[in-house]
Amino acid sequence: MKEISELNFPDDLRYTEDHEWAKQEGKQIRIGISDYAQDQLGDIVFVELPQVGDTFAKGAEFGTIESVKAVSEVYMPLGGQIVAINEALEDAPELVNNEPYAKGWMIVVNPSDINEFDALLARDAYLEMLKG
Amino acid sequence: MKAMTGTRGLVLNEPFLWEQGARGRTCFSMPRRDVDPCPLKDELVGQGPDFPDLSEVDLVRHYTRLSTWNFGVDTGMYPLGSCTMKYNPKINEKMASLPGFAGAHPLLPAELCQGVLKLMYDLEKYLAEITGLPAVTLQPAAGAHGELTGMLIFHAFFKARNQQRSKILIPDTAHGTNPASAALCGFKSIPVASNDQGVLAPEEVAELMDEETAGIMITNPNTLGLFEDNIKKIAGIVHAKGGLVYADGANMNAIMGIVDMSKSGVDILHLNLHKTFATPHGGGGPGSGPVCVTKNLEKFLPVPRVIHQNGDYTLTYDCPESIGKLHAFYGNFGVQIKAYSYILSMGAELKKASQLAVLNANYIKEELKSVFHLPYDRACMHECVFTDKFQKPYKVTTLDIAKRLMDYGFHPPTIYFPLVVHGALMIEPTETESKTSIDLFIAALKAIAKEARESPELLHEAPRNPKMRRLDETIAARKPCLAG
Repeated sequence: MKEISELNFPDDLRYTEDHEWAKQEGKQIRIGISDYAQDQLGDIVFVELPQVGDTFAKGAEFGTIESVKAVSEVYMPLGGQIVAINEALEDAPELVNNEPYAKGWMIVVNPSDINEFDALLARDAYLEMLKG
Repeated sequence: MKAMTGTRGLVLNEPFLWEQGARGRTCFSMPRRDVDPCPLKDELVGQGPDFPDLSEVDLVRHYTRLSTWNFGVDTGMYPLGSCTMKYNPKINEKMASLPGFAGAHPLLPAELCQGVLKLMYDLEKYLAEITGLPAVTLQPAAGAHGELTGMLIFHAFFKARNQQRSKILIPDTAHGTNPASAALCGFKSIPVASNDQGVLAPEEVAELMDEETAGIMITNPNTLGLFEDNIKKIAGIVHAKGGLVYADGANMNAIMGIVDMSKSGVDILHLNLHKTFATPHGGGGPGSGPVCVTKNLEKFLPVPRVIHQNGDYTLTYDCPESIGKLHAFYGNFGVQIKAYSYILSMGAELKKASQLAVLNANYIKEELKSVFHLPYDRACMHECVFTDKFQKPYKVTTLDIAKRLMDYGFHPPTIYFPLVVHGALMIEPTETESKTSIDLFIAALKAIAKEARESPELLHEAPRNPKMRRLDETIAARKPCLAG
């Protein structure tokens, strides 16, 4: 496992206390897990994602990530409808380890209330939380 | 310090079975045919499965060689937390292989298997005595099957009251099988956080318990190895809302004959004979997960039940409110014999087994807490949980520590569980180990803590001594190869 200073947290993303990231792309939000989360989980061997069209509230579980250590849930940073899922993760779950912010993305959401996005943690606030 | 047992010796390579043998070899000879040949139906004729052609000696050597790569409880200390890998006394095997037991056909009429039925009847009584819960079924095949039985009884209990409840409270220190068993029965599991002392607070339970909630599934001692000292209060809160208390007895080895489960408010409890009662465990062999209940839940237990009337033992199916049958015939009877033999051979000393198991764990906890971080520094029960926090500056993880223990000749402990402890290293020595072997184990872990500071690469590269070195668990999970 790495030191926090060795991890990467882009400043154009928002973060949650449960270690998901969210990125605004026009009217939609792309979601994945942070570099810290993937590092803590260790090698990821399976990612279970929802169906396109499913709707979840903020904080609801939208999927599970299985690593060699444990199975963890992933939660919606904000409420909305799933408009895309990263199907590549089915055959290549290691993308989440290798490129958590790029090819390791998980879902794209049509948010029901964009204010929920604005309420998420900015990079510095997330980093503060990690340093505890 | 005595010499560590871990070393290297001659170990033989062994290819897959499919890479061995030669066409025409066979392990057995068919008996002489004494009936007229009868052609198979067309739909049964075709290509057989792809099995290798092997002689008896090919097969025997294959498994014998593989067994020398292995490590079992007969090889050395196996401190796998929450699994209670205690030694299985060989007298139990001898009893289970008595011809009258081993050869008893499950369809024998009751009058021809009185001994078998009496053993089942008496074992139920002993388990009732040990747990304080008066009615017992021996049918479930293992712990999670016992949980399923318990959840079906929850359902039957509410159905009999024309109620339907949808939720179950499950502490965050629970075994993963608890929420799974609840979900299998259609209950939604509601997690309950443990407090800063590592146990459940009654207030937390009171806040979540309502009349939509069927009850709570609680492991006591919990998976942090701590006794849930609020159990009675928690049971009171659950009962006040009409709910039931299910106890996961996986950690019963800490409290045999010491805690009366019924007095602590438990309604249903499963036991793991393969953990607490010294029957073999793991390797995919049969387990046994008896379920013990209060008198008023007895009517829901699975059928058939063994009864004793007018000096005769019989099986009865006349239990209209029973949840039905859960296992072919009567459960894993061979395992029941071994547990029965264990209980009788221990006699009044059974309680002492628990006392020594707790003493051993506390001894290890005190001896190692200066070199490994102890998240809950208080008296523990039969197991103690450390973390890799002190080793973090050297980039040494719990996994590295566990792997390095193999080089010293010990089976690694449970790691990364319970989930509420980051980087958990969960050690359960059991009462089986002598002070000599525990001291050696402590010395090994102290040596490993020193290596972590001085030469962490030794840990990163561990294990070095076993035939198979660090296995690629990631590839095994991502691209499993299932050929033999």
